[in-house]
Amino acid sequence: MSAERFFHLAELLNHDLTGGEILFAHLGAESSDFVRLNRNRIRQSGHVSVTSLDLTLIAGARQAAGGCDLSGEAHQDRARARQLLARLRERLAHVPDDPYLNYSTEPSESLRQQTECTDCMPDAASAIGELTAAATGLDLVGIWASGEIHEGLASSLGHRHWHQSNSFNLDWSVYLEADKAVKATYGGMAWEAETLRRKLAEMRAGLTIMARPARELEPGRYRAYLAPSAVQELMQLLAWGGFDLKSRRTLQTPLLRMARGERTFDPRIDIYEECGRGLVADFTPEGFVMPPRVDLIAEGRLAQCLVDARAAKEYGEPVNAAGPDPRSLGMAPGHLESARVLEELGTGLWIGHLWYSNWSDPNECRVTGMTRFGTFWVEDGEIIEPVKVMRFDDSLYHLLGDRLEGITREPELMLSAQTYDGRSTESQLLPGLLVAGIDLTL
Amino acid sequence: MDQLNEIAERFMVQAPACDHWTLRLVAEESEHLMVRQGVVEPSRLDSSRGAMVIVVKGAGIGYGATSDLSPAGLRAAATRATDWAEVHARLGLFDAGIVPIERARAHYRTPIEQSWDALTIGEKLDLLHAANRALAIDERIVDYSAWLARRRVAQLLVSSAGGWVSQVLDSVHPGLVAVANHDSQTQRRHGGGADWPQQGGLERIAAVGLIEDAPRVAAEAIALLDAPDCPTETRDLILLPSQMVLQIHESIGHPLELDRILGDERNYAGTSFVTPGMFGRYRYGSDLLNVTFDPTLPMELVPGVADDTGALARRAYLIRRGILERPLGGSLSQARAGLPGVACTRASSWDRPPIDRMGNLNLEPGEGGLTDLIAQVERGVLMDTNRSWSIDDSRNKFQFGCELGRLIEDGELKGLVRNPGYRGISARFWRSLDGVGGLQTLEVRGVENCGKGEPNQSVYVGHAAPPCLFRGVSVFGGGE
Repeated sequence: MSAERFFHLAELLNHDLTGGEILFAHLGAESSDFVRLNRNRIRQSGHVSVTSLDLTLIAGARQAAGGCDLSGEAHQDRARARQLLARLRERLAHVPDDPYLNYSTEPSESLRQQTECTDCMPDAASAIGELTAAATGLDLVGIWASGEIHEGLASSLGHRHWHQSNSFNLDWSVYLEADKAVKATYGGMAWEAETLRRKLAEMRAGLTIMARPARELEPGRYRAYLAPSAVQELMQLLAWGGFDLKSRRTLQTPLLRMARGERTFDPRIDIYEECGRGLVADFTPEGFVMPPRVDLIAEGRLAQCLVDARAAKEYGEPVNAAGPDPRSLGMAPGHLESARVLEELGTGLWIGHLWYSNWSDPNECRVTGMTRFGTFWVEDGEIIEPVKVMRFDDSLYHLLGDRLEGITREPELMLSAQTYDGRSTESQLLPGLLVAGIDLTL
Repeated sequence: MDQLNEIAERFMVQAPACDHWTLRLVAEESEHLMVRQGVVEPSRLDSSRGAMVIVVKGAGIGYGATSDLSPAGLRAAATRATDWAEVHARLGLFDAGIVPIERARAHYRTPIEQSWDALTIGEKLDLLHAANRALAIDERIVDYSAWLARRRVAQLLVSSAGGWVSQVLDSVHPGLVAVANHDSQTQRRHGGGADWPQQGGLERIAAVGLIEDAPRVAAEAIALLDAPDCPTETRDLILLPSQMVLQIHESIGHPLELDRILGDERNYAGTSFVTPGMFGRYRYGSDLLNVTFDPTLPMELVPGVADDTGALARRAYLIRRGILERPLGGSLSQARAGLPGVACTRASSWDRPPIDRMGNLNLEPGEGGLTDLIAQVERGVLMDTNRSWSIDDSRNKFQFGCELGRLIEDGELKGLVRNPGYRGISARFWRSLDGVGGLQTLEVRGVENCGKGEPNQSVYVGHAAPPCLFRGVSVFGGGE
């Protein structure tokens, strides 16, 4: 759905409002090709076209919210939206005043269209043809997702925001045998076949090391380097209650001991939310415009929280986020050159990815998870052999604190491949971390 | 359902020219009410309607999904599906000629005792307020909520072969949480049905004791603040059904999914330590381990007459007396692998293609009550309600945490322990199973957020289990 059609639909709904009613309309839409691959062949392929409308109807201090799918056909969509509006109006009569109702009363507008050029996005079928040809002989498995993503907001108070992108995301791994594999991602808005070929060549090189017999480690503490994609897993878990205001005020944050002044991270750790990166929409469903950057951890200590509209009203803080979770997280780089990581590591683990993390003891910020994809044993700065998957169980107060030795100078931008609630536009910009020890338990 | 029937009949008039097609129409409605700390949270009313057309043409298969249910919209989806079928014919993993053609005609509707509309919104909110008041028993309770969610999914699957399967699934899901804090220690306790989802209507509120459970939930959250940490050592372990659900799900359900064994999930959800050669002979667990795929257990989350390809669902043993018999694989996976399976190919909604899922995966009851299991333990821990889950990509090395533990000494339950957790390896863990509660201890529960697939899909799955006793497990508690 185009911006013009969405704003027109919103205008039509505004005409249906009565008395002092206020309406916020939020649109999410995608037109996506998904191609699932196994053994370098197509396992499942198809196209998904979905448009969802969310409405929030406000009367005085009461609110009711709901959503429905739209068809793309103007008359049908108007009927569906009006039906939803009528149900919300009926609901409003039965709900009490909401003390935490919070929405922007100042009209604002924005238009962000992210398309590098009209012909840099490949036809999905052609890209898959290129990929499978270039990966001949490899046991490649993964997912291609591509197409347009739209997000819009309009209100009866005059808000008009639109965010649109046309992108691809190829997330894949290449297997040697059993769980011996290397992983790569390639996403963006301009497809370059040469970049794909370079990544595949790197993976072929990685497989030659994977072919060596795997070392089985005993549980214990090991010196380690965590590549950016491994750090990403830790940050995704920390983001689960670690940065939002409500979790902190209700004492549920895994950084509770830091909030109480009992623990800190290393002073070199700066973590921030960077909406200004431009990959996600910079407006909230309630019409607030988000700041380009919010410092969450500064010099190893708590800085600001992410504050969505509801938490802002409940706790008396300004809005700076669309929800409790970061969507464009970043960690400040350090001084360790990526090219010198193996040398600085010396002897220990080079961990390419961590996976399936969860809280082992949230009060102590203690995390457990698994190594996966490309974890190697290193001796005297040289990769020796792959390592069989191991479970870690350790506190971030150690990994980002007293055991942190170095932070790489070149952070890596990683685009989310998640598609649970539609294709994600989230990203993380993270460096790698050298740590004096990580506790392996199984 | 009438509207879906009409849409399907219109589609059949203009069906795509191909060897075989299916049309899956889904209309979903959901509603969520919550009261937190005595304040009504914004209520939500959501609906979703859409269709997926799957086309088999020559050697290829493809899908097109759309929320445009007009004749033109469905035509466009069929064209997209046909285009992708043609690409699959050139680059596909298998020849689509092996795709099974289902012709079943069947119907299912959740039996409901009390409809969602039997109570007004005000009456439902009154119940949630009452539960809130029962949770707020102490100033150490720093956050608390009660909720009531409802979901109805109407689905119609029709095919060019004459298949016609309609299913209407209803579920009502109440729940409670209390969060207690003292200094650097925060503990959460869930109840009131929060981890006990089933099909049904408003009768679920009384069945799970939404309000009656609140004082216990709050009291246990507070008691955990001062409890010692679970000891770190090797002990016998009794898992209540509230944790057995996760144990079955992660270390039996996922490793037996045939699409994982075939490698489809290796880039995301992972592979499996189970290989095709193990079926029929591999000892998965002790003689006490009997696991079934059971779409027939009343009110369990995934019932119904057929899966999302139209294959008729029947009860089958996956593991019998500890020996692995068959995987969780739908008809296409069965054809690819040359193995038997079950009707378990399901999609999260109209916008995702069906893949192998668990359905209802149950651990069959043994004999005796919980006290009989406890009496068999000299030195152990009992754990209740999952709070943390992590397992490797082959579904072997796991670590789970629970909300509450109790020590067991000389056959008797002793004091509470907090932050209880345990680690193990699936391939060995189930062989340590030494006690399974009887039918009277069986609880029909489930999981509402089983994630898998590329593109990602989150579905409901059902799990029924009694409490179980495991010998010699590595348990641990909290701390840095």
